[in-house]
Amino acid sequence: MIEVKNIEKSFNGTKVLKGISTVFETGKTNLIIGQSGSGKTVLLKTLLGVHIPDSGTITFDGRDYAKLDKKEKRDLRTEIGMVFQGSALFDSMSVEQNISFPLRMFTNKSSKEIAMRTNEVIERVNLEGANSKKPSEISGGMQKRVAIARAIVNNPKYLFCDEPNSGLDPKTAIVIDNLIQEITHEYQMTTVVNTHDMNSVLEIGEHIVFLKDGVLVWNGNHKEILRTQNEDLVDFVYSSELFKEIRRVSLLMENK
Amino acid sequence: MIKKALTQIGLYFIMLKDVFSRPTKWRVMKELIFKEIDDLIIGSLGIVSFLSFFVGGVVAIQTALNLTNPLIPKYLIGFATRQSVILEFAPTFISIIMAGKMGSFITSSIGTMRVTEQIDALEVMGINSLNYLVFPKLVAIILYPFVICISMFLGILGGWFGGVMGGFVTSEQFILGLQDTFIPFHIVYALIKTAIFGFLLASIPAFYGYYMKGGALEVGKASTTAFVWTSVAIILTNYILTQLLLSK
Repeated sequence: MIEVKNIEKSFNGTKVLKGISTVFETGKTNLIIGQSGSGKTVLLKTLLGVHIPDSGTITFDGRDYAKLDKKEKRDLRTEIGMVFQGSALFDSMSVEQNISFPLRMFTNKSSKEIAMRTNEVIERVNLEGANSKKPSEISGGMQKRVAIARAIVNNPKYLFCDEPNSGLDPKTAIVIDNLIQEITHEYQMTTVVNTHDMNSVLEIGEHIVFLKDGVLVWNGNHKEILRTQNEDLVDFVYSSELFKEIRRVSLLMENK
Repeated sequence: MIKKALTQIGLYFIMLKDVFSRPTKWRVMKELIFKEIDDLIIGSLGIVSFLSFFVGGVVAIQTALNLTNPLIPKYLIGFATRQSVILEFAPTFISIIMAGKMGSFITSSIGTMRVTEQIDALEVMGINSLNYLVFPKLVAIILYPFVICISMFLGILGGWFGGVMGGFVTSEQFILGLQDTFIPFHIVYALIKTAIFGFLLASIPAFYGYYMKGGALEVGKASTTAFVWTSVAIILTNYILTQLLLSK
């Protein structure tokens, strides 16, 4: 569980995060949504420790990040898996080497044990046969799966995903969404996904945080989002005719 | 402008401090070092050999063509080739070329990692990205003086080939010139220079790659800037070291 209390962050005098408080629960896919410039990337980077908040606290299962010493912070980082927007796979390594990287870096496992665990994760994300390929030789969807596999190979407690669907076709995006949700339940991780993909919101949003101009204006889940009366959220989520129709039909069906 | 330059120099030294802190696991580092030796050292041997041989040949021919006075002995062709190759051509000229070849490779590979968030990925995992990326290069570059030794040998061999095959000097005269007033310290001087140039060759381009901001275009710009400043640093260091090591 990650608990965020009154987080504030400014850059060059401009307040980007204004008193954000929420709880990202374990075993749930927690989504941060909002328009570009709403502060969601800054919030994600603050959770990751890339940005230091001006005020407020972030606690990882009771551990206040600001109060940890350097070694404790480094140890905490090994409990974090991260899926970057552009996958951030290491070009010079094969798929297998990319996935096994955290194991080689942070564990004392033998080569045999590393290979076993790597193959287990490769199977889990359906990447069999791609072991020796370089990131440039596989599709965008496969790259995302490699990034997810790399993020979970060392059994992290916390998984962060920054726009995991960007640049993917809708079908592949759903595969990635479902994979994130499945592994969150399977590994009982605290997963935080930064997205503006409305399919993701409606598919896997077990806990959704909506930011507007650095302020948390709505908290809820994908079912509640259908019934919300919050104008800002309705305006953001149901901006297209298709999603307006989805909402109308869903509400009609619920009322029946 | 002065403030910016001082900031950059300060940042460069902070980078060097971070390169040597929080070391990466030896099991991983060992692989990285061998990879860098392959990329930086082995990968440079071809171009260094080619350039050294032919430039050595040209030095011998140019010297021969300029020795028009019959009172000047022919063995001076061998002497001049040896001195030019050992003192300046191999350590300095080759290092400037390597600033383009090796330096742009370092800047662009690290810069691309920055642009594609690979460095962020390392940092988020809790890895000291500077140690992971730059330290193996600095270790690999310890072998750089060996490259320069090969360059010295091939430069002189090229000089012999150009001088003798061109009919400017006999083999015996050339070898006599090579042995004439040979000062072993000149080799030491050249290798000291080379070791320092090697450090500059690896660290300055790494600095420009690591701290670059922007996209693909900026990677190209960073490579060019790194080449310029590495060359400047090599030339200035060459001047200072020559003054310190050779003047009496």
